[in-house]
Amino acid sequence: MATSAELKKVSSQVRRDIVRMVANAASGHPGGSMSSADFLTALYCEVMNHDPKNWTRDGKGKDVFILSAGHLTPVYYSLLARTGYFPVEELNTFRKFGTRLQGHPSVEMGLPGITQASGSLGQGLSAAAGVALGKKLDKEDNFVYVMCGDGECEEGQIWEAGMFALHHGLDNLIAMTDWNGQQIDGTVASVSGEGDLELKWKAFGWNTIVADGHDMDAILKAFADAKALKGSGKPVMILFKTDMGHGVDFMAGTCKWHGKAPSADQCAEAMKQLEETLGDF
Amino acid sequence: MKKYIDTGKKDTRSGFGVGLLEAGKADSRVVALTADLKGSLKMDAFAAEFPERFIQCGIAEANMIGVAAGLAITGKIPFAGSFAEFVTGRVYDQIRQEVSYGETNVKIASSHAGITLGEDGATHQTMEDVALMRALPGMVVLNPCDFNQTVAATIAAAKYNGPVYLRFGRPSVPNFTPAGEEFVIGKAIMMNEGTDVTIIASGHMVWESLQAAEALEAQGVSAEVIDIATIKPLDEEAVIASARKTGAVVVAEEHNMAGGLGELIAGVLAREVPTPIEFINGADKFGQTGTPAKLMEVYGLDAAHIAEAACKVIKRK
Repeated sequence: MATSAELKKVSSQVRRDIVRMVANAASGHPGGSMSSADFLTALYCEVMNHDPKNWTRDGKGKDVFILSAGHLTPVYYSLLARTGYFPVEELNTFRKFGTRLQGHPSVEMGLPGITQASGSLGQGLSAAAGVALGKKLDKEDNFVYVMCGDGECEEGQIWEAGMFALHHGLDNLIAMTDWNGQQIDGTVASVSGEGDLELKWKAFGWNTIVADGHDMDAILKAFADAKALKGSGKPVMILFKTDMGHGVDFMAGTCKWHGKAPSADQCAEAMKQLEETLGDF
Repeated sequence: MKKYIDTGKKDTRSGFGVGLLEAGKADSRVVALTADLKGSLKMDAFAAEFPERFIQCGIAEANMIGVAAGLAITGKIPFAGSFAEFVTGRVYDQIRQEVSYGETNVKIASSHAGITLGEDGATHQTMEDVALMRALPGMVVLNPCDFNQTVAATIAAAKYNGPVYLRFGRPSVPNFTPAGEEFVIGKAIMMNEGTDVTIIASGHMVWESLQAAEALEAQGVSAEVIDIATIKPLDEEAVIASARKTGAVVVAEEHNMAGGLGELIAGVLAREVPTPIEFINGADKFGQTGTPAKLMEVYGLDAAHIAEAACKVIKRK
């Protein structure tokens, strides 16, 4: 079992990967990738029952993860590489022509670990609910994890999926929201009337957990609590309170880095703030 | 010409219901989803036989498409059904990402397609759905012509590994193709051989085309009639061969001009064998309230208009 300190070392490397990948591609989405890096590191390195070397898309006998907020490929690809789905060096090809590491997750390109295409927002929770229902029909005992952005929850389909998953008793579905309060055009509060997501998910009848998305102990406890709710007949939403751009001072707490690449100088500056723990790609 | 007997009017959606039940009995991976239209889609028998494999999604079509994709990922063969407009136009982006680009084995069951939905009016009568589904890479587009063919097409869709758009309708229409005939995806069906003109049709327009061919025969015109039950992938060979033979083509469809079967055939002929062509379709208009028969007549989607177009195109040879 990895300790919180060990997981923090991994997430530091993941953040280095994120910044370097986006700088290398001169495009991409670092902000939300960095805000979700800690809890997704915990998920991939500790929580999830998966077998990177023998991964199959149908997820038979294993836990499944779907990235609903498809623009967060930097964190997703970094974790897939760091947990052995494909060579770490392939991160160099991110967003380059011919790559399996498309701007948004692609099934067509055959990258191991990608269960479903995403990018057009609001759809991944439905797909995850479908996988969770398929596992129930097959009497499989695994979990389905899905991650949404808080801005993404402005899409009506999220709430359609919310009603569906409860109605069908999908307590094998653990959803996460990266509750960083930021989206492209500004803070979530300034852009939409989304309001309090915790109240909303409670009103939708889901098991709801709120946790500090940068405190590894709190993250691990949140996942343990979520898994313990299996049998409740209700899906779980973990709302991770995070900062967009977390880990690099000049990128943190602002929407400006939602979909912007750092310059070479900015990348170098960021590297001074993020410890290299596993060796850069 | 070859004689076709109407063995009794039936709706093609009931053909879907029968085919779904058969497919479900043959393969336990088949599941059915609907967005509060179980009865309209004739899914009752399937739901009664396989209650666990019937998934009611409520009035939330976007979510239904995503759930269907998720089920397909786990190895199920989902048929996601609603009215044609609500499983195409309303959810185009969901089908594009979750099913087509996502490469999931989802079958879109599209009922009440075209103007023959009737009295509900234009909000429910889509004549743009084929254009949308044809545009998606990898999507198979089926539009069977009667009850028997819809049963067979549904079974074929279940057996085919990949996304399928299965279009059928609401009204009771003549049932005239043989029962129990295997449906071959991608194969045009020669309904009647002729020499003067080719009438190419899909869905409800196939019967109308056969009626037109009979009327033409009485006038001494020999019309070939081809049923394009698979719009995509199109059986180009059959279309080209017939156009070479007759030198004149009419395309009849219960769909608008833009992106429909007519434009598809015109594109193939322009490339391979430029041929005079006339189009019977819903033009560039919305439908309106009325009985299916009245609307077919008013919008020019009937045997009389097809026969007229055939005479016109023959003169252009």
